[in-house]
Amino acid sequence: MASTIVEARGVTKDFGTIQAVKGVDLSIAPGELFGLIGHNGAGKSTLFKMMLGLIPVTSGTIHLDGEPITGPRFRETRRKIGYLPENVVLYDNLTGLETLYFFADLKAVPRRDCAGLLDKVGLAEAAGRRVREYSKGMRQRLGFAQALLGTPRLLFLDEPTTGLDPGAIRDFYRILRELRDEGVTMVLTSHILAEIQERVDRLAIMEGGQIRATGSVQALREAMNLPLTLEIAGGAGLREQVARALEGLAIEGILDVGGVLHIRLAREAKMPALTRLATLGDTLRDLHVREPSLEDVFFGYRN
Amino acid sequence: MLSIDFRQIGIVAGKEFWDRIRNRWVLAVSIVFTVFALVIAYFGAAQQGAVGFRSIDVTIASLVSLVIYLIPLIALILGFDAIVGERERGSLDLLLTLPITRKELILGKYTGLAGALAFSTIAGFGAVGVILSPSLSLNALFHYAGFMASAILLGFAFLSLAVMLSVFAADRTRASGLAIGTWFFFVLVFDLLILGALVVTAGEYGGAVFPYLLLLNPADVFRILNVFSLDEVRTLYGLATVFPEALSNPATLGGVMLAWIVAPLAVAIWRFER
Repeated sequence: MASTIVEARGVTKDFGTIQAVKGVDLSIAPGELFGLIGHNGAGKSTLFKMMLGLIPVTSGTIHLDGEPITGPRFRETRRKIGYLPENVVLYDNLTGLETLYFFADLKAVPRRDCAGLLDKVGLAEAAGRRVREYSKGMRQRLGFAQALLGTPRLLFLDEPTTGLDPGAIRDFYRILRELRDEGVTMVLTSHILAEIQERVDRLAIMEGGQIRATGSVQALREAMNLPLTLEIAGGAGLREQVARALEGLAIEGILDVGGVLHIRLAREAKMPALTRLATLGDTLRDLHVREPSLEDVFFGYRN
Repeated sequence: MLSIDFRQIGIVAGKEFWDRIRNRWVLAVSIVFTVFALVIAYFGAAQQGAVGFRSIDVTIASLVSLVIYLIPLIALILGFDAIVGERERGSLDLLLTLPITRKELILGKYTGLAGALAFSTIAGFGAVGVILSPSLSLNALFHYAGFMASAILLGFAFLSLAVMLSVFAADRTRASGLAIGTWFFFVLVFDLLILGALVVTAGEYGGAVFPYLLLLNPADVFRILNVFSLDEVRTLYGLATVFPEALSNPATLGGVMLAWIVAPLAVAIWRFER
């Protein structure tokens, strides 16, 4: 098995005089759940499309499982791939099951696998209904079932939870976890940073056509050295006692939010602060250490 | 160069064909063809005070005029959004991530749509042929079958143009505008331009080129194919007298029609693969 399943080297894409992607290098290991984030126009959709072979690279190379996506063995390579576009548009006049049959035929996947996939995404009951009668969330789930045809080794998911309700989002990520356990590699984009921050193994932040940072959310937090937030609830006189206990540490600010103190402090001050706060005993009722969110990390890299 | 997988073409073609069967497009077009053909066969000579079937030659002559308007329009409507429609809906990207080449996708789309068009033409005009068959000789039936075959080729040629427009157009609105413009040009404007040029030059220039210019219009090729296959019809068209013998060979004209089918499709594939 190759040590990387997605390998991009020096990838650029020019649209006329505009360079949308500028010399991107990216390696994704088998079995990783990898996030690609960036604001609109950052180049992530272009990179995504180049990885899928939908648009050619201007320069550089992209290999999926050791093969170029547009090479002579493209059929074998594409059979290993599943793709869920952001706005899934399937065929209104077909039923859910017929839709899967069509894509299964094109992927040379046995039709007998389709019913099970519909069941997996919670559409077994709606298998015989026309897609035009499906809600947006149901279409998204049907698109996901389509992406799972042929047990792909590599899934590309573009804003995959668009249109899904909270329950369906939870189910969706449960399936992703199961797939990851089976060794499937997943590359996903999302604008909902809070949704993916706890779920991806690693991610890349794109800005201006370049990858600004790559790593796990925690690694990026640490690399950025963003301050932590301690959230402390307690009795009367809490603010004064806490301020006294933390004197001399690198505190960036203390806010009282509805009786809960929010203390921003430098990452290296975390353990000394916790040691000192422990001496306050019953004055503290509750304490949380809140890491910077992925959104904080993202804006940190952008700025 | 990537190999062609005919199975993939067949899967896409099958879907396109059955889509048209299921949404009753084939049925509707067949009924239109049947009704028009029957009306023309039985009431075509009403202006001369006669009602009822007269002869296959006169019926075909009337049907040729009808088909020249109708089939190009139907073929262009059928094919104008073949590619641009998928692109605009967002399903094209999904299709192109599958193990299918762009060439196979276009060929599959074209084959499926062409199948639906041919099926409608055969069902619509074939039904009339069956109804008229007791009054027709074997030779007349042969001519009628030839008319149907040429009508199918005409449809294929305009479908090929429609698919080409669908590849070039940026969106469905522009594709539909281009399709309508194409219909106007080939069906209404082209002959007027040629006739106008002949009249303006009093036939002094280009008279010899005139028959060849007609080959630049698949609708005219269809007309000539049918005119030259029927003696009685030939006399109805003064055009026949100026047309060179060498070009009036049905095989030659069929070859030209095939070129009209293949060339736009080849351009469409070339553009789509870029």
